[in-house]
Amino acid sequence: MTGRAAHFHINGEEYNIYIRNADTLLYVIRGKTGFTGAKPGCLNGDCGACTVIVNGWPVKSCLMLAVEAEGEEIITAEGLHGSEIQKAFVKYFAFQCGYCTPGYIMNCQTLITQYPEADRNKIKEWLDSNICRCTSYEEIEQALYSVLRQHR
Amino acid sequence: MIPFDFEYYKPSSISEAVELHRQLDEAGKKPVYYSGGTEIITLSRLNLFYTEAVIDIKGIPECCLCEKEGTRLHLGAGLPLAEIERADYFPLLTVTSKDIADNTARMKITLGGNVCSELIYREAILPFLLSDSQVVTAGASGEVSRPVNEFFNKEIVLEKGEFLVRFITEERFLRAPYFHTKRRKQWNTGYPLITVAALQEEGKTRTAYSGLSPFPFRSRIMEESLNRDNTPLRRKAEQAVNNIPHEIISDSEGSAEYRKFVLKNVLMDVMTRMGRRGPE
Ligand code: FES
Ligand code: FES
Repeated sequence: MTGRAAHFHINGEEYNIYIRNADTLLYVIRGKTGFTGAKPGCLNGDCGACTVIVNGWPVKSCLMLAVEAEGEEIITAEGLHGSEIQKAFVKYFAFQCGYCTPGYIMNCQTLITQYPEADRNKIKEWLDSNICRCTSYEEIEQALYSVLRQHR
Repeated sequence: MIPFDFEYYKPSSISEAVELHRQLDEAGKKPVYYSGGTEIITLSRLNLFYTEAVIDIKGIPECCLCEKEGTRLHLGAGLPLAEIERADYFPLLTVTSKDIADNTARMKITLGGNVCSELIYREAILPFLLSDSQVVTAGASGEVSRPVNEFFNKEIVLEKGEFLVRFITEERFLRAPYFHTKRRKQWNTGYPLITVAALQEEGKTRTAYSGLSPFPFRSRIMEESLNRDNTPLRRKAEQAVNNIPHEIISDSEGSAEYRKFVLKNVLMDVMTRMGRRGPE
């Protein structure tokens, strides 16, 4: 069998979706649930545009088969519902075209949750996972720092 | 999108995995063991890899071990590198891992996947080469434990249907002084020019390399040069570089000559950090 109906938890909802075993999580989330927050960029694990949160940690959804995420807790940008980091991205104008933004936000959201006390090195290490072609790096860092400061 | 279909299996025991591999191979399905799967996914998308069946080893408890038992550390092949970093049992492995790909990618790239990669780098093997670790593999003849240099000598030595289960490392190496450095041609991301990992054992410095030759390696001859008493630091490093036992890569990241030049300086750093400078 090269495909089957699989059960997913995405953004707090349950989905029964027919998948090919060869489908990536990115392809299934975007194509079969209508959540288009995760963006296809390089499809090669390099850019981070497709980042989603799986069981509390960031994952590049182009590097995960959907079948591996069956039964796990998946959150996309649509599942954040106006979080502090989303507001901070707007306040600090941390984007230009916005294509990389959901990926950055999912990565930042996880960092804030897992490591509210993150130091400079950890922040740098985490932000290195994403690429912004419009080079909004300064503003993205400012937005992240502003939220981390509120948590201290 | 991956342009072909495959069957997916997630066995919960070693024997089940081995038996599945045997059956799928007999059926001509070119089965592969799947750990993090990042390389299989990216190469398949480009039509550079093909299989009709993957066997995910992450459901096998022995492949997910991350624990100290007595004086030995067990690290499973199916562990994501990020999880190994969080546990931080083996500091040299933690720093080596942190230089592989990027933080989010390391949530998915596994220890076994990195070591068994098709790429030349496979840096995660370096700390195990330096610490005389044992490797447990499983195949048709059951589970086998052997020294890492029998498992990894230029190439991974695995029989058909055999797979990497875990590494076992003695505690004394986990606490040994260490040093790790990765030099890139430019910037802080991208493929490395060379990576050097070093560990001190009984006053001697051990060194292992990635990016220098078409495979990672540890060299006793180079270590002898580096540990020679009464020899000035620069001379030790020069002798070690002259004793590189394998072909040196020349590619767009750097020529062989440039790699040797960078390595000499890196080795001087290594020996200084390890407190083994020698006379001026
Ligand atoms: S699209 Fe997944 S990392 Fe670029
Ligand atoms: S805002 Fe355009 S890629 Fe980041």
